[in-house]
Amino acid sequence: MTSYTTEFDDIPGTRVFTASRAKAGYELNQFCMSLMKEANRERFKAGERAYLDETTKMTEEQKQAVLDRDYNKMIDLGGQIYFLAKIFATDGLSYLQAVSTMTGMPVDEYQQMMISGGRSPEGWRSVKDGK
Amino acid sequence: MARITHGLTTSHIPAVGATIDHGKTQEPYWKPLFDGYEWTKAWAKENVPDVVILVYNDHASAFTPALVPTFALGCADEFPPADEGYGPRPVPVVPGRPDLAAHLAEGLILDEFDLTLMYEMQVDHGLTVPMSLVYGQPEAWPTTVIPLAVNVVQYPPPTGHRCFMLGQAIRRAVERFDENLNVHIWGTGGMSHQLQGPRAGFINQPWDHAFMDRLIKDPAELAQMQHLDYVREAGAEGIELVMWLIMRGALGPDAEELYRFYHVPGSNTAVGHLVLRSVETPA
Repeated sequence: MTSYTTEFDDIPGTRVFTASRAKAGYELNQFCMSLMKEANRERFKAGERAYLDETTKMTEEQKQAVLDRDYNKMIDLGGQIYFLAKIFATDGLSYLQAVSTMTGMPVDEYQQMMISGGRSPEGWRSVKDGK
Repeated sequence: MARITHGLTTSHIPAVGATIDHGKTQEPYWKPLFDGYEWTKAWAKENVPDVVILVYNDHASAFTPALVPTFALGCADEFPPADEGYGPRPVPVVPGRPDLAAHLAEGLILDEFDLTLMYEMQVDHGLTVPMSLVYGQPEAWPTTVIPLAVNVVQYPPPTGHRCFMLGQAIRRAVERFDENLNVHIWGTGGMSHQLQGPRAGFINQPWDHAFMDRLIKDPAELAQMQHLDYVREAGAEGIELVMWLIMRGALGPDAEELYRFYHVPGSNTAVGHLVLRSVETPA
Protein backbone atom coordinates (compact mmCIF):
# COMPACT_ATOMS: atom_id res chain seq x y z
CA MET A 1 0.00 0.00 0.00
CA THR A 2 1.35 3.43 -0.85
CA SER A 3 0.84 6.29 1.54
CA TYR A 4 1.88 9.94 1.64
CA THR A 5 5.14 8.90 3.29
CA THR A 6 6.04 5.84 1.22
CA GLU A 7 5.48 7.64 -2.09
CA PHE A 8 8.67 9.60 -1.45
CA ASP A 9 10.65 6.34 -1.41
CA ASP A 10 10.34 6.31 -5.20
CA ILE A 11 12.63 9.33 -5.43
CA PRO A 12 16.23 8.13 -5.79
CA GLY A 13 18.90 9.09 -3.25
CA THR A 14 16.50 10.97 -0.99
CA ARG A 15 15.12 10.62 2.55
CA VAL A 16 12.39 13.04 3.50
CA PHE A 17 12.28 13.81 7.21
CA THR A 18 8.97 12.29 8.27
CA ALA A 19 7.40 12.33 11.71
CA SER A 20 8.62 8.77 12.35
CA ARG A 21 12.19 9.64 11.30
CA ALA A 22 11.96 12.70 13.57
CA LYS A 23 11.15 10.36 16.45
CA ALA A 24 13.99 7.96 15.60
CA GLY A 25 16.48 10.80 15.22
CA TYR A 26 15.32 12.87 18.18
CA GLU A 27 18.40 12.44 20.38
CA LEU A 28 20.78 12.84 17.43
CA ASN A 29 19.11 16.07 16.37
CA GLN A 30 19.04 17.36 19.96
CA PHE A 31 22.77 16.67 20.21
CA CYS A 32 23.22 18.82 17.10
CA MET A 33 21.26 21.64 18.74
CA SER A 34 23.59 21.54 21.73
CA LEU A 35 26.38 22.65 19.37
CA MET A 36 24.71 26.04 18.95
CA LYS A 37 26.53 27.08 22.14
CA GLU A 38 30.21 27.96 21.86
CA ALA A 39 31.06 26.29 25.16
CA ASN A 40 29.53 23.02 23.97
CA ARG A 41 31.35 23.21 20.65
CA GLU A 42 34.64 23.57 22.52
CA ARG A 43 33.82 20.67 24.81
CA PHE A 44 32.82 18.47 21.85
CA LYS A 45 36.01 19.31 19.96
CA ALA A 46 38.12 18.56 23.01
CA GLY A 47 36.76 15.00 23.24
CA GLU A 48 34.04 13.89 20.85
CA ARG A 49 33.45 10.42 22.23
CA ALA A 50 33.28 11.66 25.81
CA TYR A 51 30.86 14.45 24.87
CA LEU A 52 28.55 11.97 23.12
CA ASP A 53 28.67 9.50 26.00
CA GLU A 54 28.25 12.07 28.75
CA THR A 55 25.68 14.44 27.28
CA THR A 56 23.50 12.48 24.85
CA LYS A 57 21.18 9.49 24.81
CA MET A 58 21.96 8.58 21.22
CA THR A 59 22.24 4.97 20.09
CA GLU A 60 25.72 3.57 19.58
CA GLU A 61 25.08 3.45 15.83
CA GLN A 62 24.15 7.15 15.80
CA LYS A 63 27.24 8.03 17.85
CA GLN A 64 29.47 6.12 15.45
CA ALA A 65 27.93 7.85 12.43
CA VAL A 66 28.67 11.23 14.07
CA LEU A 67 32.26 10.25 14.86
CA ASP A 68 32.67 9.02 11.25
CA ARG A 69 31.00 12.18 9.87
CA ASP A 70 28.93 9.80 7.76
CA TYR A 71 26.08 12.16 6.85
CA ASN A 72 24.17 9.64 4.74
CA LYS A 73 24.20 7.26 7.70
CA MET A 74 23.13 10.01 10.10
CA ILE A 75 20.18 10.78 7.81
CA ASP A 76 19.29 7.07 7.65
CA LEU A 77 19.25 7.09 11.46
CA GLY A 78 16.83 10.02 11.70
CA GLY A 79 19.12 13.01 11.33
CA GLN A 80 17.93 16.02 9.35
CA ILE A 81 20.35 18.20 7.41
CA TYR A 82 19.53 21.51 9.13
CA PHE A 83 20.22 19.90 12.49
CA LEU A 84 23.30 18.08 11.18
CA ALA A 85 24.56 21.43 9.88
CA LYS A 86 25.55 22.27 13.46
CA ILE A 87 28.10 19.43 13.29
CA PHE A 88 29.77 20.57 10.09
CA ALA A 89 29.59 24.21 11.24
CA THR A 90 31.52 23.11 14.32
CA ASP A 91 34.04 21.49 11.95
CA GLY A 92 34.30 24.80 10.09
CA LEU A 93 32.81 23.35 6.90
CA SER A 94 30.30 24.99 4.57
CA TYR A 95 27.10 23.34 3.37
CA LEU A 96 28.73 22.72 0.01
CA GLN A 97 31.73 20.98 1.55
CA ALA A 98 29.60 18.80 3.82
CA VAL A 99 26.87 18.06 1.29
CA SER A 100 29.40 16.91 -1.31
CA THR A 101 30.49 14.09 1.03
CA MET A 102 27.06 12.47 0.62
CA THR A 103 27.38 12.20 -3.15
CA GLY A 104 30.61 10.20 -3.34
CA MET A 105 32.17 13.00 -5.39
CA PRO A 106 35.31 14.90 -4.37
CA VAL A 107 34.36 18.42 -3.28
CA ASP A 108 36.00 20.15 -6.26
CA GLU A 109 34.20 17.86 -8.69
CA TYR A 110 30.91 18.48 -6.88
CA GLN A 111 31.45 22.24 -6.97
CA GLN A 112 32.28 22.06 -10.67
CA MET A 113 29.03 20.19 -11.26
CA MET A 114 27.15 23.00 -9.49
CA ILE A 115 28.94 25.70 -11.48
CA SER A 116 28.01 23.79 -14.65
CA GLY A 117 24.32 24.03 -13.75
CA GLY A 118 23.88 21.41 -11.03
CA ARG A 119 22.90 17.75 -11.08
CA SER A 120 20.59 17.10 -14.01
CA PRO A 121 17.14 15.78 -13.09
CA GLU A 122 17.47 13.11 -15.80
CA GLY A 123 17.58 9.70 -14.14
CA TRP A 124 16.91 11.17 -10.68
CA ARG A 125 13.13 11.51 -10.70
CA SER A 126 11.79 8.02 -10.12
CA VAL A 127 13.17 4.60 -9.22
CA LYS A 128 10.04 2.86 -10.47
CA ASP A 129 9.94 4.60 -13.85
CA GLY A 130 13.71 4.62 -14.24
CA LYS A 131 13.76 8.29 -15.28
CA MET B 1 -6.11 51.23 6.30
CA ALA B 2 -3.01 49.15 5.84
CA ARG B 3 -2.28 47.75 2.39
CA ILE B 4 -0.02 45.09 0.95
CA THR B 5 1.50 46.83 -2.04
CA HIS B 6 4.44 44.66 -3.09
CA GLY B 7 5.76 41.14 -2.87
CA LEU B 8 9.26 39.84 -3.19
CA THR B 9 10.74 36.36 -3.37
CA THR B 10 14.31 35.32 -2.89
CA SER B 11 16.44 32.32 -2.00
CA HIS B 12 18.01 32.53 1.46
CA ILE B 13 21.28 30.61 1.05
CA PRO B 14 23.48 30.68 4.20
CA ALA B 15 26.74 30.98 2.23
CA VAL B 16 25.37 34.19 0.70
CA GLY B 17 25.16 35.67 4.19
CA ALA B 18 28.68 34.54 5.02
CA THR B 19 29.95 36.04 1.75
CA ILE B 20 28.38 39.42 2.59
CA ASP B 21 29.65 39.30 6.17
CA HIS B 22 33.21 38.52 5.03
CA GLY B 23 33.24 41.17 2.29
CA LYS B 24 33.65 38.69 -0.57
CA THR B 25 30.71 39.66 -2.79
CA GLN B 26 33.00 40.85 -5.60
CA GLU B 27 34.86 37.54 -5.94
CA PRO B 28 34.36 35.99 -9.40
CA TYR B 29 32.25 33.08 -8.11
CA TRP B 30 29.85 35.35 -6.23
CA LYS B 31 29.77 38.58 -8.27
CA PRO B 32 27.12 37.46 -10.82
CA LEU B 33 24.79 36.52 -7.96
CA PHE B 34 25.14 39.81 -6.11
CA ASP B 35 24.93 41.83 -9.35
CA GLY B 36 21.49 40.29 -9.77
CA TYR B 37 20.29 42.07 -6.64
CA GLU B 38 21.57 45.56 -7.55
CA TRP B 39 18.29 46.53 -9.23
CA THR B 40 16.38 45.45 -6.14
CA LYS B 41 18.66 47.29 -3.71
CA ALA B 42 18.14 50.53 -5.65
CA TRP B 43 14.38 49.92 -5.83
CA ALA B 44 14.22 49.07 -2.13
CA LYS B 45 15.90 52.37 -1.18
CA GLU B 46 13.11 54.27 -2.93
CA ASN B 47 10.33 51.97 -1.70
CA VAL B 48 10.81 51.44 2.01
CA PRO B 49 7.67 49.91 3.53
CA ASP B 50 6.47 50.43 7.09
CA VAL B 51 6.43 46.70 7.65
CA VAL B 52 7.68 43.57 5.88
CA ILE B 53 5.82 40.35 6.58
CA LEU B 54 8.71 37.98 6.02
CA VAL B 55 7.80 34.37 5.28
CA TYR B 56 10.75 32.07 5.84
CA ASN B 57 11.68 28.80 7.45
CA ASP B 58 13.72 28.27 10.55
CA HIS B 59 16.67 25.91 10.04
CA ALA B 60 16.82 24.24 13.43
CA SER B 61 17.66 27.53 15.17
CA ALA B 62 14.58 28.80 17.00
CA PHE B 63 12.81 25.45 16.88
CA THR B 64 14.50 22.44 18.39
CA PRO B 65 13.35 18.89 17.55
CA ALA B 66 11.04 19.26 20.56
CA LEU B 67 8.70 21.71 18.84
CA VAL B 68 7.47 21.74 15.23
CA PRO B 69 4.94 24.53 14.61
CA THR B 70 3.50 24.59 11.08
CA PHE B 71 3.01 28.38 11.04
CA ALA B 72 4.64 30.58 13.71
CA LEU B 73 4.06 34.35 13.76
CA GLY B 74 6.65 36.63 15.38
CA CYS B 75 4.85 38.99 17.77
CA ALA B 76 7.85 40.31 19.73
CA ASP B 77 9.41 43.81 19.84
CA GLU B 78 12.56 42.49 18.24
CA PHE B 79 14.25 39.35 16.95
CA PRO B 80 17.98 38.77 17.53
CA PRO B 81 20.12 36.88 14.99
CA ALA B 82 20.72 33.23 15.97
CA ASP B 83 24.05 31.46 16.45
CA GLU B 84 23.81 28.67 13.87
CA GLY B 85 27.12 27.14 14.82
CA TYR B 86 29.49 29.76 13.36
CA GLY B 87 28.47 32.51 15.84
CA PRO B 88 25.57 34.93 15.17
CA ARG B 89 25.70 36.89 11.89
CA PRO B 90 26.98 40.45 12.43
CA VAL B 91 23.68 42.04 11.40
CA PRO B 92 21.36 44.38 13.30
CA VAL B 93 18.67 43.03 15.57
CA VAL B 94 15.44 42.81 13.54
CA PRO B 95 12.77 45.22 14.86
CA GLY B 96 9.30 43.74 15.12
CA ARG B 97 5.90 45.35 14.70
CA PRO B 98 3.89 43.98 17.64
CA ASP B 99 0.71 46.00 17.08
CA LEU B 100 0.18 44.71 13.55
CA ALA B 101 1.37 41.25 14.58
CA ALA B 102 -1.27 41.12 17.33
CA HIS B 103 -3.90 42.23 14.83
CA LEU B 104 -2.78 39.55 12.36
CA ALA B 105 -2.79 36.88 15.07
CA GLU B 106 -6.37 37.71 15.96
CA GLY B 107 -7.57 38.02 12.38
CA LEU B 108 -5.87 34.88 11.11
CA ILE B 109 -6.88 32.64 13.99
CA LEU B 110 -10.50 33.78 13.73
CA ASP B 111 -10.16 33.10 9.99
CA GLU B 112 -9.35 29.49 11.05
CA PHE B 113 -5.56 29.50 10.60
CA ASP B 114 -4.31 28.05 13.89
CA LEU B 115 -1.02 29.90 14.25
CA THR B 116 1.66 29.47 16.88
CA LEU B 117 2.53 32.88 18.37
CA MET B 118 6.15 33.70 19.20
CA TYR B 119 6.92 36.35 21.82
CA GLU B 120 10.61 35.50 21.93
CA MET B 121 12.42 34.18 18.89
CA GLN B 122 15.86 34.23 17.35
CA VAL B 123 15.98 34.46 13.57
CA ASP B 124 18.47 32.62 11.38
CA HIS B 125 19.78 32.96 7.83
CA GLY B 126 16.34 32.15 6.46
CA LEU B 127 15.27 35.64 7.51
CA THR B 128 18.49 37.64 7.75
CA VAL B 129 20.01 36.70 4.36
CA PRO B 130 17.03 38.13 2.44
CA MET B 131 17.28 41.30 4.60
CA SER B 132 20.97 41.64 3.68
CA LEU B 133 20.33 41.01 -0.02
CA VAL B 134 17.68 43.72 -0.18
CA TYR B 135 18.95 46.29 2.34
CA GLY B 136 22.71 45.70 2.32
CA GLN B 137 24.69 46.27 5.51
CA PRO B 138 23.03 49.18 7.37
CA GLU B 139 23.61 49.94 11.05
CA ALA B 140 19.89 49.49 11.63
CA TRP B 141 17.30 47.88 9.33
CA PRO B 142 15.16 50.50 7.55
CA THR B 143 11.84 48.71 8.15
CA THR B 144 10.05 46.73 10.83
CA VAL B 145 9.48 43.03 10.23
CA ILE B 146 6.86 40.48 11.19
CA PRO B 147 8.47 37.05 10.80
CA LEU B 148 6.24 34.19 9.69
CA ALA B 149 8.11 30.91 10.13
CA VAL B 150 6.77 27.95 8.14
CA ASN B 151 7.70 24.34 8.80
CA VAL B 152 9.25 22.96 5.62
CA VAL B 153 11.72 20.76 7.51
CA GLN B 154 9.56 17.96 8.87
CA TYR B 155 7.06 16.24 6.58
CA PRO B 156 4.34 16.97 5.99
CA PRO B 157 4.86 20.69 5.63
CA PRO B 158 1.70 22.69 4.88
CA THR B 159 0.32 22.13 1.37
CA GLY B 160 0.84 24.73 -1.30
CA HIS B 161 -2.90 25.28 -1.29
CA ARG B 162 -2.94 25.97 2.45
CA CYS B 163 -0.07 28.42 2.03
CA PHE B 164 -1.88 30.21 -0.79
CA MET B 165 -5.03 30.48 1.34
CA LEU B 166 -3.02 31.79 4.29
CA GLY B 167 -1.62 34.51 2.03
CA GLN B 168 -5.14 35.49 1.00
CA ALA B 169 -6.16 35.63 4.67
CA ILE B 170 -3.14 37.79 5.48
CA ARG B 171 -4.27 40.27 2.83
CA ARG B 172 -7.77 40.44 4.33
CA ALA B 173 -6.40 40.88 7.85
CA VAL B 174 -3.94 43.62 6.84
CA GLU B 175 -6.74 45.55 5.13
CA ARG B 176 -8.73 45.54 8.39
CA PHE B 177 -5.90 47.35 10.24
CA ASP B 178 -6.89 50.98 10.82
CA GLU B 179 -3.54 52.68 10.57
CA ASN B 180 -2.27 53.69 7.12
CA LEU B 181 0.64 51.37 6.57
CA ASN B 182 2.51 50.30 3.47
CA VAL B 183 3.16 46.58 3.90
CA HIS B 184 5.39 44.37 1.77
CA ILE B 185 5.37 40.59 1.92
CA TRP B 186 8.36 38.41 1.12
CA GLY B 187 8.39 34.70 0.37
CA THR B 188 11.83 33.18 0.75
CA GLY B 189 13.63 29.91 0.14
CA GLY B 190 14.11 27.78 -2.98
CA MET B 191 14.45 27.40 -5.78
CA SER B 192 15.42 23.87 -6.84
CA HIS B 193 18.01 22.34 -4.54
CA GLN B 194 18.77 19.24 -2.53
CA LEU B 195 21.17 19.18 0.40
CA GLN B 196 21.07 15.50 1.31
CA GLY B 197 21.91 12.05 0.04
CA PRO B 198 23.41 10.83 -3.24
CA ARG B 199 20.97 13.08 -5.15
CA ALA B 200 22.42 16.27 -3.56
CA GLY B 201 23.17 19.05 -6.01
CA PHE B 202 19.90 18.48 -7.89
CA ILE B 203 18.88 21.53 -9.96
CA ASN B 204 15.97 21.84 -12.41
CA GLN B 205 16.25 25.11 -14.31
CA PRO B 206 13.31 24.73 -16.75
CA TRP B 207 11.03 23.79 -13.86
CA ASP B 208 12.17 26.81 -11.82
CA HIS B 209 11.41 29.22 -14.66
CA ALA B 210 7.98 27.65 -15.17
CA PHE B 211 7.32 27.93 -11.43
CA MET B 212 8.00 31.68 -11.49
CA ASP B 213 5.74 32.16 -14.52
CA ARG B 214 2.90 30.19 -12.97
CA LEU B 215 3.31 31.91 -9.60
CA ILE B 216 2.68 35.26 -11.25
CA LYS B 217 0.00 34.31 -13.77
CA ASP B 218 -1.85 31.33 -12.36
CA PRO B 219 -1.09 30.87 -8.68
CA ALA B 220 -4.38 29.16 -7.79
CA GLU B 221 -3.57 26.33 -10.18
CA LEU B 222 0.08 26.20 -9.06
CA ALA B 223 -1.15 25.90 -5.47
CA GLN B 224 -2.58 22.47 -6.34
CA MET B 225 0.89 20.99 -6.83
CA GLN B 226 1.60 18.11 -4.43
CA HIS B 227 4.63 17.76 -2.16
CA LEU B 228 5.78 14.69 -4.09
CA ASP B 229 6.06 16.77 -7.26
CA TYR B 230 8.07 19.47 -5.50
CA VAL B 231 10.56 16.89 -4.23
CA ARG B 232 10.66 15.02 -7.56
CA GLU B 233 11.12 18.12 -9.71
CA ALA B 234 12.78 20.68 -7.40
CA GLY B 235 14.78 18.51 -4.98
CA ALA B 236 14.16 17.71 -1.33
CA GLU B 237 14.78 21.28 -0.17
CA GLY B 238 12.86 22.73 -3.15
CA ILE B 239 9.79 22.15 -0.98
CA GLU B 240 10.59 25.60 0.49
CA LEU B 241 8.85 27.04 -2.56
CA VAL B 242 5.45 26.48 -0.94
CA MET B 243 6.33 29.61 1.05
CA TRP B 244 6.32 31.69 -2.13
CA LEU B 245 2.62 30.89 -2.44
CA ILE B 246 1.92 32.69 0.86
CA MET B 247 3.49 35.81 -0.63
CA ARG B 248 1.51 35.40 -3.84
CA GLY B 249 -1.81 34.81 -2.09
CA ALA B 250 -1.29 38.06 -0.17
CA LEU B 251 -0.85 40.11 -3.35
CA GLY B 252 -4.42 39.62 -4.53
CA PRO B 253 -5.61 38.21 -7.86
CA ASP B 254 -3.25 40.11 -10.15
CA ALA B 255 0.43 40.84 -9.79
CA GLU B 256 2.78 42.72 -12.06
CA GLU B 257 6.37 41.54 -12.43
CA LEU B 258 8.78 44.41 -11.78
CA TYR B 259 11.98 42.40 -11.73
CA ARG B 260 13.25 38.84 -12.11
CA PHE B 261 16.64 37.27 -11.52
CA TYR B 262 17.75 33.64 -11.74
CA HIS B 263 21.21 32.23 -11.24
CA VAL B 264 22.88 28.85 -10.75
CA PRO B 265 24.64 28.17 -8.47
CA GLY B 266 24.53 29.84 -5.13
CA SER B 267 26.46 27.19 -3.27
CA ASN B 268 24.13 24.15 -3.72
CA THR B 269 21.09 26.09 -4.83
CA ALA B 270 19.31 27.68 -7.78
CA VAL B 271 18.81 31.32 -6.85
CA GLY B 272 15.44 32.76 -7.81
CA HIS B 273 14.30 36.30 -7.13
CA LEU B 274 11.17 38.25 -8.05
CA VAL B 275 9.85 41.70 -7.22
CA LEU B 276 6.11 41.97 -7.78
CA ARG B 277 3.52 44.71 -7.44
CA SER B 278 -0.01 44.04 -6.33
CA VAL B 279 -2.42 45.21 -9.04
CA GLU B 280 -5.55 46.43 -7.31
CA THR B 281 -8.78 45.32 -8.91
CA PRO B 282 -12.14 46.99 -8.26
CA ALA B 283 -14.21 45.14 -5.68
